Amino acid sequence: MNATAAEAADSLFRYVLRLGDLGLVLGQRLGEWVGHAPALEEDLGLANVALDLIGQARLLLAYAGELEGRDRGEDEIAFLREQSEYLNPTLVEQPNGDFGQTIVRQVLIGAFQLEFFERLANSADERLAAIAGKAVKECRYHLRYSSDWLVRLGDGTPESHARVQSALERLWPYTTELFAEDDLDREMADCGIAPRLAEVRAAWSARIDAVLAEATLDRPRDRPYQWFGKRGEHSEHLGYILADMQYLQRAHSGARW
Amino acid sequence: MDDKRQWPLYEVFIRARGGLDHKHVGSLHATDARMAIDHARDLYTRRQEGVSIWVVRSTDITASDPGEAEALFEPARDKIYRHPTFYDIPDEVKTL
Repeated sequence: MNATAAEAADSLFRYVLRLGDLGLVLGQRLGEWVGHAPALEEDLGLANVALDLIGQARLLLAYAGELEGRDRGEDEIAFLREQSEYLNPTLVEQPNGDFGQTIVRQVLIGAFQLEFFERLANSADERLAAIAGKAVKECRYHLRYSSDWLVRLGDGTPESHARVQSALERLWPYTTELFAEDDLDREMADCGIAPRLAEVRAAWSARIDAVLAEATLDRPRDRPYQWFGKRGEHSEHLGYILADMQYLQRAHSGARW
Repeated sequence: MDDKRQWPLYEVFIRARGGLDHKHVGSLHATDARMAIDHARDLYTRRQEGVSIWVVRSTDITASDPGEAEALFEPARDKIYRHPTFYDIPDEVKTL
């Protein structure tokens, strides 16, 4: 492999990690609800979303392992990296908070995933296009589930309204990162592998406005952002997730079901 | 359902595949019919059990009274001629 090809492969590897880590970390977060959701039915609902996300992460991380060419499988990549090697956006590692905060986070990221995967399904990279084609159906249901809940809570009691509005204010700044195009995003878009984030943002924004209006919630103002989880610079929360998630593989190396 | 802390109960019916009837599979709690469909999807179709879901409020189902079972069902017991077992079934007919 010549130098240029090796660089291109490394770029794609890092880009696929971003996508895979988003699903992995968010799936792990949602999994924390199992046994703790407000109703048994929501327990299963959130767990189903989590399992879809972990499934997406498995496909993506296995692909990343092949691109990297160092013979690392999906488990090694998922469980044996250091914090700074995780490239998920900072939004998905934010704590679950109450059920309303989880729902707000889920709407914000779910609308992004849906718009993103719909476009990634036309990727020049056939493998990513296939994974996106599968994921888009799952994400469509995830967004239906979370936005239905956001409407119920936002347009519910004064307390539920206040709680989701405050969660929205708290989580909103993290959405900026999703659309802040950096060199890697640009490189991937230039060669037709990834969609343009500006285009995804416009579609995301329209979706969010529609659901917020129905939920009688106010869209927070954009603020200057300072989070770059997708470059490996994380908030303080990711370390705790990883400690929980990696314990088994580190204590019992190579453990399988 | 005056108690708002307890969500209403819904009965769930699933069609396993095209051409079959919807069959009762269980019940669940939900605040409204749309949420009941979502919950039914998450609870009862996780293993590809269905292609269509019906939900109905449990309180909207009128059930026969078990105390009247004798009057309702016993009279049919001695009328075996109502079963189509007195016909010769052609060999070509696989299922009936």
